[in-house]
Amino acid sequence: MEALELTGGFFDPAPEAARAFRQIMTVMAKPGTILDLDQAEAPAPVSKAAATLLLTLCDPDTGIYLAGDADTDAVRNWINFHIGAPLVSAATCDFAVGTWEALAPLSQFKIGTSEYPDRSASLIVESDVLENQGAVLQGPGIKDRAALSLPETAAFQANQMLFPLGLDFYFTQGSRVAALPRTTEVR
Amino acid sequence: MSDYNFAYLDEQTKRMIRRAILKGLAIPGYQVPFASREMPMPYGWGTGGVQVSAATLTPEDTLKVIDQGADDTTNAVSIRKFFEKTAEVGTTTETSAATVIQTRHRIPEEDLSEDQILVYQVPIPEPLRFLEPRETETRKMHALEEYGLMHVKLYEDIAKHGHIATSYAYPVKVEDRYVMDPSPIPKFDNPKMEMSAIQLFGAGREQRIYALPPYTKVVSLDFEDHPFDPSKAPHACALCGAEDSYLDEVITDDKGGRMFVCSDTDYCEKRRAEGHTGDLTKETAA
Repeated sequence: MEALELTGGFFDPAPEAARAFRQIMTVMAKPGTILDLDQAEAPAPVSKAAATLLLTLCDPDTGIYLAGDADTDAVRNWINFHIGAPLVSAATCDFAVGTWEALAPLSQFKIGTSEYPDRSASLIVESDVLENQGAVLQGPGIKDRAALSLPETAAFQANQMLFPLGLDFYFTQGSRVAALPRTTEVR
Repeated sequence: MSDYNFAYLDEQTKRMIRRAILKGLAIPGYQVPFASREMPMPYGWGTGGVQVSAATLTPEDTLKVIDQGADDTTNAVSIRKFFEKTAEVGTTTETSAATVIQTRHRIPEEDLSEDQILVYQVPIPEPLRFLEPRETETRKMHALEEYGLMHVKLYEDIAKHGHIATSYAYPVKVEDRYVMDPSPIPKFDNPKMEMSAIQLFGAGREQRIYALPPYTKVVSLDFEDHPFDPSKAPHACALCGAEDSYLDEVITDDKGGRMFVCSDTDYCEKRRAEGHTGDLTKETAA
C-alpha cells in the first residue's frame, strides 16, 4: 500500500466529521449554494470534497460505486482502510463517485420505491467547473432562484419528474461542494 | 478531556442519522426510517430531537433548548445540560444568539435566520396514525398520496363542532405532496413553518426523521368554506402586553383567577427589558 492510502482521513474524527456534515447538510438544504469541504484527502483522481463526503457519510452499511477513472487500486485501498464500505455495482450502490460522463447512464442507479423513496442512490459528480451561473434552479431550499453550473439540464429535469423518487446529486470540484436534490426544478 | 465521544453518540450512529437527515431534506415531508438508539433519558423526553441535535452539532455551535416555548422547564434544562456535558457547546436562552434550537411543541416568536437550525422533538410522526393504526397501510397511503381520510377527519370536526377542532399537531401538506405532522406545535405556529431556517424533526421511539429545507411550501389542510385559522387566546400577555404571541393560560388561585402569559419566555423577557408592560406588571409598578 502507498502512503497516501493510509493518510488523508480525519485528524480528529468526531468534530471534523461534524463540521463536514454541517457543510454537506447546508448545501443539500440550499441547492446551488457552494461551500468548502476539505477535511479529507484521497488518492487522485478523487477530489478533497468527494473524499470528505465519502468519509463523512459512508461506512460498512453503505455500498460505494467507483465510476470510470475513480476506480483505481489506490482509491479502493483508501476506502477499505478509512471507511470499510463495500465496493459494489452501480445498480446496488448507495453512493457513487465519478465524472458526469463516467456515471452515465443515470438509469442504472437506484431511485427508491414509492413506499421507500429514501432507498435511492446519491451521486457524487466530480466536476471541472463549479460556479453560481448556468442552469437556473427553483424549489425547496431556494428563496427565489439560484444558479449552478450543471453538466446538462435534461437529465435533472427528468430526475425531478420522478419526485418523490429520484437521485440526489453532489457536485465536487477540488475542495468545494454543491448539491442538487430531486426536488429542484432545473431550467 | 470529556469521557464521552463528541455529542454522546458514536460516529457510526451519527453517520446513519446524518444520511437520514440528508434524505429527509431531499424528500421534504417524507418520514425517513432510522435506527433510533437508546438515550440516557426516557422516550417522550425528546430522544429523537436529541439524536438529531447530536448528529448536527459542531463544537462551534450555540444551543438553545425550549419546551413549550420556555427555556427554564425540566426537559429543556436537562437537554441543555446534556449537550453542555457531552458536546461542550455553548448554550443560550436568546433565540437570535442560537445556531441550533431544539424545541418541544413551539416555534420561537422571533423570526429565525438562514444560519439557524430548528430541531423538533416529535412524539408521533405519522399524521395518519390515529386514523389508521397499521404502518403497512399508512405507508401505502403516503405512497399513493391517498389522504382522503385526513380530509374526512377534518370534515367530521366541522360536522360535529362547527369548525375544525384540531388545535395542535394540525396536519400540513408539504410541497403539494406529503401530508406531514408538524409535531404538537399549536396551529398558531403552522404559518411560521415556511421559514428561512432549516427544520429537522426527530421521533426517537417511532424511529423516524423528516425535514424541511428553508422556504419549503407548507400548507395547513383546510376547506374553501372553512379556511385555516391560526387562532390564539383573545388576550394580551399579562407580563409584557404582547398581542401577537402565543399565550399560556395560568391558573392563579382556586377562585377562577387566571392570567395569560407568553409561552415563549425569551420573547417575553426581551419585551419586558424593552419596557413593555402588561396588566399584571402595570399593577405591581403602581
